[in-house]
Amino acid sequence: MASNIPAASAVLWNPSADEHDPISARTYGFWLYLIGDALLFCGVFASYAVLDNPVNAAGGPLTAQVINAPHGLLQTFIILASVLAYSLGTVSLKTGNQAGVRLGIIAALLLGAAFLYISGSDLLALAAQGDGPTRSAFLSVFFTLLLTHGLHMVFGILWMLVMLVQVSVLGFTKDVVGRLLNLRLFWQFQATMWVCVYFYVYLLGGSR
Amino acid sequence: MQVALDGPWSPLLGRLSLAAIPYSNPILVSTFAVVVVLGIVIVGAALRYGKVGYIWREWLTSVDHKKIGVMYIILGLVMLFRGFIDGAMMRTQQLLADGPNSPGYLGAQHGYLPPYHFDQIYTAHGTLMLFFAATPLVAGLGNLIVPLQIGARDMAFPYLNATSLWLTVSGAALCMISLFVGEFSNATWVGLMPFSEMPTNPGVGVDYWMWAFQLSSLGTTFNAINMIATIVKMRAPGMSWFRMPVYCWSSLTTNIIGLSIFPVVTVALTMLGIDRYCGTHFFTAGYGGNFMLYVNLFWIWGHPEVYFLMLPAFGLFSEIVPTFSNKALFGYPTMVAASFSIGGIGWVVWAHHFFTMGMGPALNGYFSAATMLVGIPTGVKAFNWLFTMYRGRITYATPMLWALIGLVLLLIGGLTGMMLSASVFDYTVHNSLFVVAHFHCMVLVIGAALFAGVTYWWPKVFGFKLDEKNGQMYFWTFVIASLLVFVPLFYLGFAGVTRRLDYIYNPALKPLLWVSEGGIGMYFVSLFYFGKMLYVSLRDQIPAAADSWGTGRTLEWLTHTPVPFYNFAVTPQINARDELAWRKAKGLEGVQPTQYVPIHLPNNTAVPVILGALATIFGFAMTWRIWWLSLASLLAIIVVVIIRSFDKNEGYILSAEDIARMENRIALASIVAEQPKRPALVQVEAH
Repeated sequence: MASNIPAASAVLWNPSADEHDPISARTYGFWLYLIGDALLFCGVFASYAVLDNPVNAAGGPLTAQVINAPHGLLQTFIILASVLAYSLGTVSLKTGNQAGVRLGIIAALLLGAAFLYISGSDLLALAAQGDGPTRSAFLSVFFTLLLTHGLHMVFGILWMLVMLVQVSVLGFTKDVVGRLLNLRLFWQFQATMWVCVYFYVYLLGGSR
Repeated sequence: MQVALDGPWSPLLGRLSLAAIPYSNPILVSTFAVVVVLGIVIVGAALRYGKVGYIWREWLTSVDHKKIGVMYIILGLVMLFRGFIDGAMMRTQQLLADGPNSPGYLGAQHGYLPPYHFDQIYTAHGTLMLFFAATPLVAGLGNLIVPLQIGARDMAFPYLNATSLWLTVSGAALCMISLFVGEFSNATWVGLMPFSEMPTNPGVGVDYWMWAFQLSSLGTTFNAINMIATIVKMRAPGMSWFRMPVYCWSSLTTNIIGLSIFPVVTVALTMLGIDRYCGTHFFTAGYGGNFMLYVNLFWIWGHPEVYFLMLPAFGLFSEIVPTFSNKALFGYPTMVAASFSIGGIGWVVWAHHFFTMGMGPALNGYFSAATMLVGIPTGVKAFNWLFTMYRGRITYATPMLWALIGLVLLLIGGLTGMMLSASVFDYTVHNSLFVVAHFHCMVLVIGAALFAGVTYWWPKVFGFKLDEKNGQMYFWTFVIASLLVFVPLFYLGFAGVTRRLDYIYNPALKPLLWVSEGGIGMYFVSLFYFGKMLYVSLRDQIPAAADSWGTGRTLEWLTHTPVPFYNFAVTPQINARDELAWRKAKGLEGVQPTQYVPIHLPNNTAVPVILGALATIFGFAMTWRIWWLSLASLLAIIVVVIIRSFDKNEGYILSAEDIARMENRIALASIVAEQPKRPALVQVEAH
């Protein structure tokens, strides 16, 4: 693929090439991270598929007996509302409106906390009635799947708290804007993972 | 929800007590003495010559991709040595412990290693060689060369790059600590299930292995993200996809594999961890646990991992063979396609590691056929290298010798791999030394490629070549040693010797065990030449030219030798696939930039080293179940990351005048270096 440029007119050095767009590279890198994270969920989902089986329940309950279907639906609406709130917050980013961004993050954060509260109390109730993760291999993977998603939400909320401070203290610097955009991707990602959990565990698993 | 422990536990020190220190084992005590003496010598030398500040400022806190690459390679070589010693101990044990009449030493019934210690040694050998020798060497060369080959200033994320390095180091540090505090896993490097579970393996060994593995795979995942982003986003202007050097292609494919597989093993190990720490039942023998789930998850990672290491090796051959044949690479597009095919097929062949699981003929047939498919793109690559050499002007420099022996080993390993891929045959030799010999031939291909790569790019990084004469002695002794050690293992495998035996039942096999042991002795000879090569090269330091081998084709040979910290004074414009070869053909290789523009560079930072240290403490505390320390170090990691995110430092600008001054100095130095050696003037006047 050698080009046929004559030697005399060849451009050998390009001094203007140093201006890379840092936000674009960071967002790209973050997408790559999300691919890796999605594969992590793949591994847990695959394990769930293997262990969601009467043999692996060891005489204990299976999906239909451990899920709280109305709560699942409610949680789905809460998490989608949370994503919407955060996205509306980032709309204010375009106008440089700090108060709007803060409001969006706080709303998303509170909705996320509400989700975690429901999820946590359901799981604790299950454990309290003797169906904790140590009961059977199926319950181990059930708890692990929900907690893997929950842990992502906890980190998202921690990230939001940090961003609330950074927006106020640092303002909309290049770094802060890049992080706000990546956090939007992350929050959307964990919600997508929840939709997968809802579909696979609550709808498919619950109907068996 | 914490599992009941077998043995004492205290809130302050967890399971740690004085009994954890193996002071009664002479082998470990003498190792400890050697490590301590070496540590004192290194630290003492640094203090004596006032280099502590320099090492901290210029190396440990560096975010420069070249220095990070060099540190990766140093880590890899040190761990390669430790892994080799483990291997030598295993071979010696098998030689001594053959047959019921064999004597026992040091408290062992046969040989000199009790079974429990022997099991830890082969576990450590596999773990160290894969994660802390091969992976850092591959990652180090990638770090060094990929940004140079694509004309970039640095990796896309320099700070993340340093973090990857220090996470890998923290994993290696845990392995080293396990030698002297407690014990290492005895459940093989793949983690046998349900043997690795708490009821059958209540010690801290599996925990050490698990955390070392987790930390280093986290580092490798970050490195994969970084490499992909660098190759996609940071290429010099004019470098379209099909002008990229083949090594960058193989680096891209390998890191796509890395990014997609390491999360899976993280899941598998996390589940094992939850089993061991919280008492769940993923892989236990009862309560519905399914230990074949672990084996599948592990090899879904494990098989692509082999190609994760092998593809960079192929990339190295693809750089070295054209350079020393003085000819463009034959079949560039097919080389790229073959890399992607190998990567793609690599994802769907994992079950050939356990044909004996009982999947049934349909699945075994599929996995056999899929495995055989790998031979096609690999064959394409092998023939491309041969056709590159055909009618080339071949120079047998050390890197080329390594590349050639790599091809021979690839043939031996590949053909025996084809034998193993037939599941009916695999039933005969499953888990035997035949398999061991096969995959050692394959990892020796990687080893040969890495030695080739290190020798090839050494002058680019350090400014002087490795000594050719001792390098070739090292090469020949290493190759003879490798063949002596591993060829007998093929026969022993056929004769029925399974792997991981601390006792060989049949004294008639002794002659072949002796041949193998002779190879180990030869390895020590090669080690001597390796040391001599390093010593002679460091002593003489004969300056190398920018295009050190004279026939370089790719971009890295265009910039100065050794590479300045800013890589290229002005980013090159790419006009052809082999840019330097193109410039040479047009007579343009000496054209230097006339004007300079300021360069934006990142500042060094201590945060990655601190994160690595905290990760080591976290792994150690989790291993010994010191809950307060685990929690404290985890919180510290989070706090450090948050504090660092408030840092407003955006790096610094290197001004055009500074670049011009440094470029002039390099130009002057190279003129001085090119002066022929003349007798001193005094002698001339004496006539």
